[in-house]
Amino acid sequence: MAPVLELRDVSKVYGSGAGEVHALRAVDLAVKAGELVAVMGPSGSGKSTLLTIAGTLEEASSGDVLIAGAAVSSLSKNERASLRRRSIGYVFQDFNLLAGLSALENVTLPMELDGVAVKAARAAGLEALRRFDLAGKADRYPDELSGGERQRVAVARAIAGDRRLLLADEPTGALDSANGEAVMRLVRAACQEGVAGVIVTHDAQLASWADRIVFIRDGRIVDQTAPLPGPETLLTPDAAS
Amino acid sequence: MSVRHALLALLSEGPKYGLQLRQEFEAKTGEVWPLNVGQVYTTLQRLERDGLVESDDAESEGPQKGFRITAAGRGELMEWLRTPGGDDAPPRDELVIKVLVALTVPGVDVAELLQVHRRHLVQTMQRYTRLKEAAAEADLGLALVADAEIFRLEAVVRWLDAADVRLKRFPPAPAPAPADAHPAEAPPRRSRRVQGVR
Repeated sequence: MAPVLELRDVSKVYGSGAGEVHALRAVDLAVKAGELVAVMGPSGSGKSTLLTIAGTLEEASSGDVLIAGAAVSSLSKNERASLRRRSIGYVFQDFNLLAGLSALENVTLPMELDGVAVKAARAAGLEALRRFDLAGKADRYPDELSGGERQRVAVARAIAGDRRLLLADEPTGALDSANGEAVMRLVRAACQEGVAGVIVTHDAQLASWADRIVFIRDGRIVDQTAPLPGPETLLTPDAAS
Repeated sequence: MSVRHALLALLSEGPKYGLQLRQEFEAKTGEVWPLNVGQVYTTLQRLERDGLVESDDAESEGPQKGFRITAAGRGELMEWLRTPGGDDAPPRDELVIKVLVALTVPGVDVAELLQVHRRHLVQTMQRYTRLKEAAAEADLGLALVADAEIFRLEAVVRWLDAADVRLKRFPPAPAPAPADAHPAEAPPRRSRRVQGVR
């Protein structure tokens, strides 16, 4: 089965001549359904550019971006917008909820914009909120929710309906560690149900929730973690040292 | 962690048998510290010798012997709980030494070396995170132990990240090539003696 997201030899250059900035250099990355990958690197390493290109919000200067096997470059502007609404969910550090809409309306809006009937969108939205223990907060407005609840609404919005790709930029950056952990448990659960997830972060603790961590430096992927052995190997003092 | 104080803590809940103490110790420390039966019984003997616990029956030994904490034992436990941990700066962390040495060794890409250690640390963090994720939410002991390791390892990763930034801003001068076999600053006489031995 084709990966949900595939970047092949993707480069991104901003500006030209002496002011040219190479944000990404020949990046290859494939993320399968059910897999959570963290892209870890310092500020300015190109990780956010990678995420916006993966999410079709920006175009690569060269190379190919494939979503569910289809090359994004072959899609029209409208097809791309539809792909974004239907298949891709975004989670940002600062939640990006619309202040004038309730939690439920925030979750259902992208589906309604995509032509899903109001009743069906509402049912899908309520289901997503229920999964995240937020059914009781469906009618609350963002300013009536805690930071942790707002981000859980944002994750619910990102995976409601039939989304296949979850892209998150420092999703726990504005949260304390308990709320950050709650959000990451939800992201993991969504991936275990078949969503492909990519989080970009500088934070090793956040990255450690991923199945695989790729390290980015100066626009290049320089390294990645090995497949995980079972956690039971930590249960003896020798293995933990 | 001190087995001695862990046993006093368990006995502070009420009298217990040796075998029961061993099982509860394992359960409460998230099974992260495997303990052999002998360790429990020898520690209990020492605690009894020091007057910190009392046993039901001085004659019988082994798993069925019952123990209870004394007032002195309770005092010892309270004092230990409030004593600061060994959190003084270590004299020299091994990783810090390796990075400092790497700066002086010709041909070493220090940024790449930092990444090797970063990868190893992050992989270990992943395993602790998975352990925490898989454990029942009510397993408080395991969650606390996993959190402690994750935060400790994260601090080391942050140090590596900071080292990376420093190296970028102030790249180290290239180490001198090992062309001259003689120590440059060694006194001539000593140098001749070394050559003489050869």
